[in-house]
Amino acid sequence: MIQIAGILLMMLGLYGILTNRNIIKIIVSLNILEIGLNIFIISIGFVRAGEAPLFSSEAKSNALVFVDPLPQALVLTAIVIGVGTTALGLAFAKQIYAKYQTFELDEMGEE
Amino acid sequence: MLINVLETLVSILLIVLAFLALSSKSLIKSVMFLSSLSMLSVLAFVLMKAPDVALTEAVIGSGLVTTLFVFTLLATRKVGQKQ
Amino acid sequence: MKKFLSIVFVLILGGLIINHLASNNLIPRFGDVVLTDRVSDAYIDRDVNGGDEDVAFGESEDLESGAANTVTAIVADYRSFDTLGEVTVLFVSSLGVALLLGQSKRRIGLEFKPNFMLKIGSRALFAIILMTGVYVILHGHLTPGGGFPGGVMIASSMLLLYLADDEFRAKMRGFKVLESMMGLLYIALGLIALFISGVFLENFMDNGTLGTLFSAGMIPLVYSIIGLKVGSEISSVIDHFLSEEGAS
Repeated sequence: MIQIAGILLMMLGLYGILTNRNIIKIIVSLNILEIGLNIFIISIGFVRAGEAPLFSSEAKSNALVFVDPLPQALVLTAIVIGVGTTALGLAFAKQIYAKYQTFELDEMGEE
Repeated sequence: MLINVLETLVSILLIVLAFLALSSKSLIKSVMFLSSLSMLSVLAFVLMKAPDVALTEAVIGSGLVTTLFVFTLLATRKVGQKQ
Repeated sequence: MKKFLSIVFVLILGGLIINHLASNNLIPRFGDVVLTDRVSDAYIDRDVNGGDEDVAFGESEDLESGAANTVTAIVADYRSFDTLGEVTVLFVSSLGVALLLGQSKRRIGLEFKPNFMLKIGSRALFAIILMTGVYVILHGHLTPGGGFPGGVMIASSMLLLYLADDEFRAKMRGFKVLESMMGLLYIALGLIALFISGVFLENFMDNGTLGTLFSAGMIPLVYSIIGLKVGSEISSVIDHFLSEEGAS
């Protein structure tokens, strides 16, 4: 089920952040954690026989069964904030490479 | 019935791709696996009837995050070659 | 040793979460949510503050929130203050990138030179992607999408121009001025709403008929502001990433 896959993705991302020694792989694991989190939040609001929360010419009145729209609004914000975090992290990684010529945390020394 | 098979297939593929992204030795392969993980999560969002979120994640996951990673890795190759 | 401890910790945490999900009464099973227990029922019926009209596509006039897309009504009307916080977070991250990578003057040199056909042909595609982005922004209250994916589509069209020609650099000054102006305009809109009706960021314009293009009051205006702001921010981030040190 997709909910279990979301939780397992979160756990894999957390393991990646704890164990990796390369800055790029730490940022990749952070992104995997965020994808798993978004899948899990949306899976809380899923109704089996519901429609997408949108009034159109096929779904005319509010007597139909809709999927919960509130987690989708929260995840919309979370995706954009994840992009902001990743952009700033990669700018840091680029400057670190320009100074130390490496991405590995073990080779940077104590300068 | 078909939707259940599709859900299980997407879940298994998500976890396999995450394993491959974490355990590959080369950096560019990790970034490519992250990009395909993002595309597969768009499929999961569509299966859960969330079109706004699917559209936003499709545009951002493919056009923005992957691009920023590749531009960072591009700078390392150039600095190495100039010396 | 560290890897073994990390594996044990992650397995225990995952097991606790999955076990707790199977046996509590706050989060129902996957797919068995009863929506009338939650506050989202009031968001769908548009009666959070006591509006009592029937919601029908193409017929209801002057509802509490006139957008046909319920997620847009939540993001830009009911919870518009959270969107202001999100815009602030994007602004701070773009500021950080500009501070870190701002001294670069010239483009990163590549080994391959793009073809002449690519340079000219990408201008046609640039116009099409730009128009798609503007369409998605303007119809945010009727179809899925809105300000954020539309803004990123506008930035993608700029990215196409950067990739197709290795000497192209847009004037960053115009983008930065546009971004700051749009941020100030969003706050000014909220303050105008405060003066007119006493609530910050309230929708003070007329909500038309549900489902037409000129409906939902202030929401298309708010999404246009957000779309332009996000588009210029991401374009300037991309320009900073493709530059390196040195004289121009």
